[in-house]
Amino acid sequence: MSLDPDTPLRFSPLHRLQWEEAQQRYVILYPEGLVELNATSAEILKRCDGKHTLKTIVEELERKYETEGLTDDIREFLEIALENGWIQTAD
Amino acid sequence: MKTAGSKPPISPPRWLLAELTYACPLQCPYCSNPVDFARHKEELATEDWKRVLSEAREMGAVQLGFSGGEPLTRPDLEALVAHARRLGYYSNLITSGYGLSAERIAALKAAGLDHIQVSIQAPERDLSDWLAGTESFAHKKQVARWVKEQGYPMVLCVVIHRHNIEQMEGILEMAVELGADYLELANTQYYGWARLNRAQLMPTRAQFERAEAVARRYKERLKGKMKIYYVVPDYYEDRPKACMNGWGTTFLTVAPDGAALPCHAARELPIGEFPNVREMSVREIWEESEIFNRFRGFDWMPEPCRSCDEKTKDYGGCRCQAYLLTGDMTAADPVCAKSPHRRLVDQAIAEAEAPPEVPLVFRNPKASRRFFET
Ligand code: SF4
Ligand code: SF4
Repeated sequence: MSLDPDTPLRFSPLHRLQWEEAQQRYVILYPEGLVELNATSAEILKRCDGKHTLKTIVEELERKYETEGLTDDIREFLEIALENGWIQTAD
Repeated sequence: MKTAGSKPPISPPRWLLAELTYACPLQCPYCSNPVDFARHKEELATEDWKRVLSEAREMGAVQLGFSGGEPLTRPDLEALVAHARRLGYYSNLITSGYGLSAERIAALKAAGLDHIQVSIQAPERDLSDWLAGTESFAHKKQVARWVKEQGYPMVLCVVIHRHNIEQMEGILEMAVELGADYLELANTQYYGWARLNRAQLMPTRAQFERAEAVARRYKERLKGKMKIYYVVPDYYEDRPKACMNGWGTTFLTVAPDGAALPCHAARELPIGEFPNVREMSVREIWEESEIFNRFRGFDWMPEPCRSCDEKTKDYGGCRCQAYLLTGDMTAADPVCAKSPHRRLVDQAIAEAEAPPEVPLVFRNPKASRRFFET
């Protein structure tokens, strides 16, 4: 099962994505849990707003980091995020 | 290089457990509150709690549990939840659900509460009501439905022991029926009232193995729908559970009267007085108090832990369990097969096969007073 590049993605209403000043990083908060994110993972998740798709996230981040070929890495991370319930497909 | 006697760097707390009160309308015989809880009457005021929340948040605490006793008995709960939300905590209400109305659930949501963990004693009315010492089963299920309807992540918690372990299937079906997003199957840990009632609570090895197989089957089946946390009964393991991710590294509990504890069971340790948030700031307590430093790092360990290569994994196990079973809080947790005291755990296991006929002691102020009044 691989993620459709045009499916809109949204962050799960049962989780919270938050900047932690004390840790200087984004974290995901959920019942009994806390996941610390690196900068790129946070950039990906911040874009899961119900409108962005794999394709548009890749486009934006390739532009932001002035690079190419991010599709596979971003797809892999989004699939993990889906499996963990951090994000959902918004259709 | 680490030199002898040096202390490891102190990491800031991440989880704060705010035990708002020891008052509780229920009487669960496995309650982890200290048996002499009725001794501690002076509850912190709203302003004290607000200050504690602010100070811990400033240090980096982010997960917050409101518990007790029954935190709903505090009329300032909504105000504390709102304060916590402003500070950026992810807050959890750990409740029996007793007396909780749909309106109050909505008010707590409006104040910024993130989730509610409802505990139910058993999947069937008579047993659940008997264990709770109060008629509450039907209402608890209603509360669970309201929590779900109002868009909170629904966390159901069931404490497992010999009186409900045979109903593991029923417990899981109940969680499915209620639409739980998370199910915590918490095998009883023998602190507080549970330690007192251990002979009546401990399941046999065969019971435990059957129940675990059922839980594992559902876990597989419900993957992606319900997250099941299974807290293992460590008596049936041969290595102890890690002490709170390391003593004084991650968890801070503040008891109803303001005593600061490195673990919610720590009040049973033979320590004259715990530092109190009425007298010290959270930072002073965390960084400077003797008790938070006492079991940090590894230098305090005697053998067999001292030279054991697993000490970085389990920190020698639970200090409270070591003390409750051996009388020595620096001993290796007797659950460990390497502990010279492991026979104490094996005796308890043997006793579970033929438990003595004694009644359960229910948790209430009257029973509690027996432990300190003469
Ligand atoms: S375990 Fe039972 S008696 Fe103890 S605080 Fe929780 S609901 Fe109350
Ligand atoms: S001897 Fe101590 S450190 Fe080693 S496994 Fe046992 S409890 Fe853990």
